[in-house]
Amino acid sequence: MDVPVLKQGPFLIATVQSALTDADLAQMRRLLIEQVGKFRSRGVIVDVTAVDVLDSYACRTLRDIAHMTGFRGAATVIVGIHPELAFTMVQLGLSLEGVATALDLEEGLAYLNARTRPTIARGNSPRNSAGPPRNGTHTRGKR
Amino acid sequence: MASAERIGIRSDRDILLARQRGRELGRSVGFVATDLTLIATAISELARNIVLYAREGVIELRVVTEDSHRGLVIVARDHGPGIVDVNRAMQDGYSTSGGLGLGLPGVKRLMDGFEIHSRAGRGTTVQIAKWLRT
Ligand SMILES: Nc1ncnc2c1ncn2[C@@H]1O[C@H](COP(=O)(O)OP(=O)(O)OP(=O)(O)O)[C@@H](O)[C@H]1O
Ligand SMILES: [Mg+2]
Repeated sequence: MDVPVLKQGPFLIATVQSALTDADLAQMRRLLIEQVGKFRSRGVIVDVTAVDVLDSYACRTLRDIAHMTGFRGAATVIVGIHPELAFTMVQLGLSLEGVATALDLEEGLAYLNARTRPTIARGNSPRNSAGPPRNGTHTRGKR
Repeated sequence: MASAERIGIRSDRDILLARQRGRELGRSVGFVATDLTLIATAISELARNIVLYAREGVIELRVVTEDSHRGLVIVARDHGPGIVDVNRAMQDGYSTSGGLGLGLPGVKRLMDGFEIHSRAGRGTTVQIAKWLRT
């Protein structure tokens, strides 16, 4: 099952379906990294509202996506982690340390807009994809 | 719905199937949404361990009634390489595959009952249980 990735201006929005196999998750990771480069995206939203389970593998994949897109100069925000998932992740001992999260799509977009607007307003920014780490997405979580 | 099920685990699709079945069976028993997510996540971790370390095995789901308790018992069984040092495998962060090493200790935290039996060269059986809160 493919994860639909929508290009919305400078951002990419990936909507994760309820039941994804490990291979589907890996495929989504590949696609997002590729498209961030292709479209020179400034931000990525991964919407997990419909997801049934966020286990250790899924969590690791989300962290990888955030870190890998970070190295390519795009900020990633995970949105839609509902209370049951959050509760389970805490019990399991999983963390999304160093990965930005927001309540829903709207807040995720607001977060990305707030982060990217100053550079856009300045027009030609000196920042490039190898630039200094920006707040948040680069702090690697302990494994 | 039958009150017991057995799902062969060989691929990542089977992991998905097992956790969906667990969720369905759990719902029929009357578990609330949070518990259903805990159950599905626990199954996902055990089934992935089977695929990853033993290549194949089974997950058994069983509705049980003990005294006045009702609950779900899940058994993950394989005849893979087994675990040499189970105590170590139960520690947070211990992984031989570059994983987070949270699967087994995490599942124990998610469930009400947890038992693991493993013998090097023979295989691994993990039995977990979740009881309905009354
Ligand atoms: N069914 C099994 N057969 C053989 N070895 C196993 C089995 N399940 C777990 N193990 C061993 O126990 C270790 C710990 O398992 P655990 O599920 O806690 O972590 P992990 O699978 O390494 O990482 P994670 O589950 O966090 O992605 C594994 O690395 C593996 O060596
Ligand atoms: Mg594991």
